[in-house]
Amino acid sequence: MDSWYTGVRTQNAQIFGHYIEEPPNNVEYLVIGFSPSSIPLKQRWRNNGLSADFLADYLQTFFIAEDAGDIQISIKNAVGYIANELLENAMKFNDETAHFPTSVVLRLFSDQLIFYVTNSIKPESVEAFQLFIQRLLSEDLEEMYINQLEKNACDDYPNQSGLGFLTMLNDYAAQLGWKFDTVNHDTGLEVTIVTTMVQLNVPTA
Amino acid sequence: MEIKTEDYTVRYDEATATVSCAGSLRLSGMEEYAPILHMLNEAAEQQTDALNLDLRNLEFLNSSGINVLSKFVINVRQRKSPQVNVQGSKKIPWQGKSLKNLQRLLPTLELSLE
Repeated sequence: MDSWYTGVRTQNAQIFGHYIEEPPNNVEYLVIGFSPSSIPLKQRWRNNGLSADFLADYLQTFFIAEDAGDIQISIKNAVGYIANELLENAMKFNDETAHFPTSVVLRLFSDQLIFYVTNSIKPESVEAFQLFIQRLLSEDLEEMYINQLEKNACDDYPNQSGLGFLTMLNDYAAQLGWKFDTVNHDTGLEVTIVTTMVQLNVPTA
Repeated sequence: MEIKTEDYTVRYDEATATVSCAGSLRLSGMEEYAPILHMLNEAAEQQTDALNLDLRNLEFLNSSGINVLSKFVINVRQRKSPQVNVQGSKKIPWQGKSLKNLQRLLPTLELSLE
């Protein structure tokens, strides 16, 4: 059954971290959208890897400068990792009942790349997620990363480990920002959505 | 002992005391990684002296996989054996970025990137 959204209401938007509104479409960009689907998460999981690899491969064609070989490989690897983590998060935390499409936008600038991943989020998950974001923005990241690994090691099934964000910040020197918003469904239903922004600087050759 | 799919291979060779991982590991969480963690822990139990972890052909590892390797090295730290030697590749950028964290969890871990 088709679902329609009447657009984002921004009056209640909450911004965290390093968030830049999506610029007009005057730069190179690539968008991948996933329709709401009844396919079980496990079967969809493989798509994350395929999409992340595709984004990484696609991007590679924009870095064709001579002597840029190592940088090219490094960026490709970083894009593949970050895209995969963002998609995994979107699939895990997506509000299945909202039937809201998940989208990934990758924008290319000469000196940086910016990802925007938008997905619905279960209302009951919002508070814990925002508290985790506050920690990411205020605590010592290296210490938090190691502590998280230690904590996860004692836990057989850590669910919301947040390790993806911690690796992006620590190992890839990415800058992260989030925007929480609500959209109205044509049925009158209100859905909470979150856009995660990841900015990655591109080293010059 | 070997776990093999079209995306990855994890193999434990008792004779050379080596667990090697190759391909792309992006399983969806600790439950799916359980057989791999089990193989690593079992290898560590058998090899009381030293254990090699050969990651030179592991092209991709998601954060859940990083969690698995961390959990494994913390287990070794608690058991106080064996000596763990990790072999990685400089040609695979994530390894240079993320593997050093294993050393912070297990300071005796030897990491060589070739």
